[in-house]
Amino acid sequence: MDAILLQILNGLDKGSAYALIALGLTLIFGTLGVVNFAHGALFMIGAFCAVTLQKLLNLSFVTLDETQKDFLGNPLKVETPFIEAWFGPEVGAMIIDWSVPLSILFAIPIMLLVGYVMERGLIKHFYKRPHADQILVTFGLAIVLQEIVKYFFGANPIQTPPPDVLSGSVDLGTMVGFDPNAIIYPIWRLVYFGFAVGIIGAVFSFLQFTTFGMVVRAGMADRETVGLLGINIDRRFTIMFGIAAGVAGLAGVMYGPLNPPNYHMGMDFLVLSFVVVVVGGMGSLPGAVLAGFLLGILESFASTTWATTTIPGINQIIIYLVAIIVLLTRPRGLMGRKGVMEE
Amino acid sequence: MLGLNKKDTSLLIVVALLTLLAPFILNPFPEGSAMAQFNAGYPDLMQRFVIFGIFAIGFNILFGLTGYLSFGHAAFLGVGSYSAVWMFKLLSYNVIPAIALSVVVAGLFSLLIGFISLRRSGIYFSILTLAFAQMSFALAYSVLSNPKFNLTNGETGLQVYADDPQILQGANAPDLPHLFGLPMRATYTMDVGAWSFDFNAGYYLCAIIMMAVFYLSIRIFRSPFGMMLRAVKSNQQRMNYTGLNSKPYTLAAFVISGMYAGLAGGLMAAMDPLAGAERMQWTASGEVVLMTILGGTGTLIGPVLGAGFIKYFENIFSKINDNVLHSWFAFLPDGLEDAVVFVIHPFIGKGWHLTLGILFMLVVIYLPGGLVEGGQRLLKRFKRKKKDTDDAPSGKTEPAE
Repeated sequence: MDAILLQILNGLDKGSAYALIALGLTLIFGTLGVVNFAHGALFMIGAFCAVTLQKLLNLSFVTLDETQKDFLGNPLKVETPFIEAWFGPEVGAMIIDWSVPLSILFAIPIMLLVGYVMERGLIKHFYKRPHADQILVTFGLAIVLQEIVKYFFGANPIQTPPPDVLSGSVDLGTMVGFDPNAIIYPIWRLVYFGFAVGIIGAVFSFLQFTTFGMVVRAGMADRETVGLLGINIDRRFTIMFGIAAGVAGLAGVMYGPLNPPNYHMGMDFLVLSFVVVVVGGMGSLPGAVLAGFLLGILESFASTTWATTTIPGINQIIIYLVAIIVLLTRPRGLMGRKGVMEE
Repeated sequence: MLGLNKKDTSLLIVVALLTLLAPFILNPFPEGSAMAQFNAGYPDLMQRFVIFGIFAIGFNILFGLTGYLSFGHAAFLGVGSYSAVWMFKLLSYNVIPAIALSVVVAGLFSLLIGFISLRRSGIYFSILTLAFAQMSFALAYSVLSNPKFNLTNGETGLQVYADDPQILQGANAPDLPHLFGLPMRATYTMDVGAWSFDFNAGYYLCAIIMMAVFYLSIRIFRSPFGMMLRAVKSNQQRMNYTGLNSKPYTLAAFVISGMYAGLAGGLMAAMDPLAGAERMQWTASGEVVLMTILGGTGTLIGPVLGAGFIKYFENIFSKINDNVLHSWFAFLPDGLEDAVVFVIHPFIGKGWHLTLGILFMLVVIYLPGGLVEGGQRLLKRFKRKKKDTDDAPSGKTEPAE
């Protein structure tokens, strides 16, 4: 029982990432009808926002400490981050320690801007072109974004540690009555899951309970009629693209402590996220979220020793296998609407 | 000639001349001169030109004619490579059985994947092929290399070892891939003045095969079968309404292009008897998509051009470094020189992929027909300037919808 619970928990962090990226992809597809192969790159840019902020906060100036000597007898050089000089050592150290959560504030405007520029500058011109062209041009864009990041940050993964308070593990098992040490779970994964749930909830309530969201939903159902009613639906869809980019970016920001960001992490997640979208049903937001968590948990179950000894390598192919089966038996996905992209 | 009309015959002859004379054409700069680094006439690179040319020609038969965008063609290339190396391991280093088997196995594999994937179209087809290719990659990388059943040798890559059976390997046969005793690495170097030209046996084998498959692709393009595939691209629904089942046609195109990819993979293994799983990764599939689009989708010569273009500039751009740039712009004043080099720096050397990505985006946005369309436009503009009076009314007729 506790083993099953542990596997479900293990699947949650990847599942959250899949769900967030797939949510953004679906949002873009549902509103603009564009297949965005550059969405993984947005996820990656988000993660590198955290890296950038961390680097900025750690910018230091060097002072000579006369009281301490190094082994040659010269005064020791001490690097003090500017932040610590400005806010005092304790507050400064805390700000640096909390750089990843702080990056959320830093990343939101950047991601919205990136999304806005991307939509206005490039994707706008591809609404009327075939899906193959959209795939190709965003694929090219993904390569370009990835190479730019690689140019500035290098090819090696960069550590972005979580705050000290949240970096350990917690014994979840004792809380629900299992033996101690049965379920030990890293805190940051819990944070990530909670964060993902929060974001997903925010997006859904934004769409469900605001006038803006209502108009967007109406536009998803029938773009032309909404336009005829005198509403500038294009502008709203552009904002939705920005929001989708923001969701992917925030997913990336918080994912850094789980897996050090490198320049090709976007591409790695992109393929899987597409599979998730397809399994969930193209254009269905709840479907994307459900399928994201489902596939994450499924992957975690397939990685157990029991599964890998029964069917070797099942952990590597399970997601693709599920996708193939779903696509062939239930073309519109788990929760897809009838007739949407059902070819 | 050979059942082709005049235009196609001349195209085939041009391609044949270009490939056969490639050692001369690609080595225009004398040995030891400053420009010698832009020579591309060494065997390894020339082999890559034609092998990727074959790969792209095959991909174009599927994507260019039917419009089905496959993101999983590298899987067939990888399967071809693996089967060729297995032939080397089991039979002998002769390349003929190896290439034959790689085509057959890739054909069967693509029949299986195509049969399933082609049940869907559009973006679903792309994602299905992507999923299959990633699955094959994962399988080749880990599962199929377990000690009991080692088919792919995992991360190390499949290669020939001394204790392999090689039952048909003759006593005197060379210990590397050969064609009835002629080693693929055999190179005859001809020195003419300051120039030196390499004639490599492996390259010429690939070149001849490429001409053959290029001829085949022309015939496919011009055949009723090719027309049918084009009809699928322009409007599959209408075709189905006329009571015609388009599935066998698309499946045939898929299998043919899979066999082309397998052939390319087999040749790759024949040039260098090693097969690794990274050949099957989806970025490798992406590369052939780039080649085809860059050259010109749906045109005969486009994919070959695109493959040559990408492989050539990949090679050249990776070689250019800051020192080379400084020597080029030495005529500028010092500050300006540094500024120019600074601006160009991200795009060269390791930044080649950035250049490629930007180039690819520009082509998709402004020149959907690729290099071929670009060339045609230039030609047209050039002609118009010459005539200057050619303002005939547009005789273009719109099809009735």
